[in-house]
Amino acid sequence: MNTTDASGPLVIAGREFGSRLIMGTGGAPSLHVLEEALIASGTELTTVAMRRVDPSMKGSVLELLERHGIGVLPNTAGCFTSGEAVMTARLAREALGTEWVKLEVVADEHTLLPDPVELLDAAERLVAEGFVVLPYTNDDPVLAQRLEQAGCAAVMPLGAPIGSGLGVRNPHNIELIVERAGVPVILDAGIGTASDAALAMELGCDAVLLATAVTRAHRPALMAAAMRSAVEGGRAARLAGRIPRRRLAQASSPFEGLAGTGA
Amino acid sequence: MRVTINGQARDLPDGATVAAVVSQVTDAERGVAVALNEEVVPRAAWPTTPVRDADRVEILTAVQGG
Repeated sequence: MNTTDASGPLVIAGREFGSRLIMGTGGAPSLHVLEEALIASGTELTTVAMRRVDPSMKGSVLELLERHGIGVLPNTAGCFTSGEAVMTARLAREALGTEWVKLEVVADEHTLLPDPVELLDAAERLVAEGFVVLPYTNDDPVLAQRLEQAGCAAVMPLGAPIGSGLGVRNPHNIELIVERAGVPVILDAGIGTASDAALAMELGCDAVLLATAVTRAHRPALMAAAMRSAVEGGRAARLAGRIPRRRLAQASSPFEGLAGTGA
Repeated sequence: MRVTINGQARDLPDGATVAAVVSQVTDAERGVAVALNEEVVPRAAWPTTPVRDADRVEILTAVQGG
């Protein structure tokens, strides 16, 4: 292996991805802006939501993804119960022809935090139906393990609430999840700026999923490019191995051979 | 008969099929899924699946989100 190579693929359920940045499509002011951002991000997998057909809607996010060869990952956003999420996943499979689903079951509209009881139940039911389940979960190491045991293909702990841009609020929990996981860990939600994405990767996450930080940025395509670099940089730093933290300074220049001062 | 399509009540002729209902709402050939009373109806079964009075039909597609 080349000494500066950090390019190994992300593998989820046997499928390889060159990019470790998974994008969402919500919040973009237009399909054109979204398209520019997705291209700049280099993403190979992108989420969509399932909603009632609106005959007045122009343009299709599906066509956009297809045009650029980006894989589609339907989500169950907006579901509050296991039953709603299972129904939405089944409809997504029928509409889009994919078994993959980003499983989202939230507890309330104000925090959009995952409801762990409903989430685990939905995960078990969907795995039993043959879905490749990627659950959006709390940054809870125990729940992450339970989801993995239920047969999920990855676990996706939040850094902070959806759309909050608060970054990774509990890095220690993310590290614990990474240490114990046998499936890919994808930091999902809470990313505000590039350093948040880099931190997630430095903590050992296998990928980052984000939307709002890009789609609601002043210049979405530029932020998408920043996120792409941050994910790559964070991944490289993780593989390189950071130095231990020290309380006091450690000189990087030798003290021997200093010029005499005649003192 | 009166049927609820995506949350809106509509009058339909007796004997209407799921395929007929979908064609009233969208002409999309792909990317659309239908639930009839909370059960998914596969596309291949749309032309042969009848809709009955008081049924609830949900017709969904992918939109920006997540």
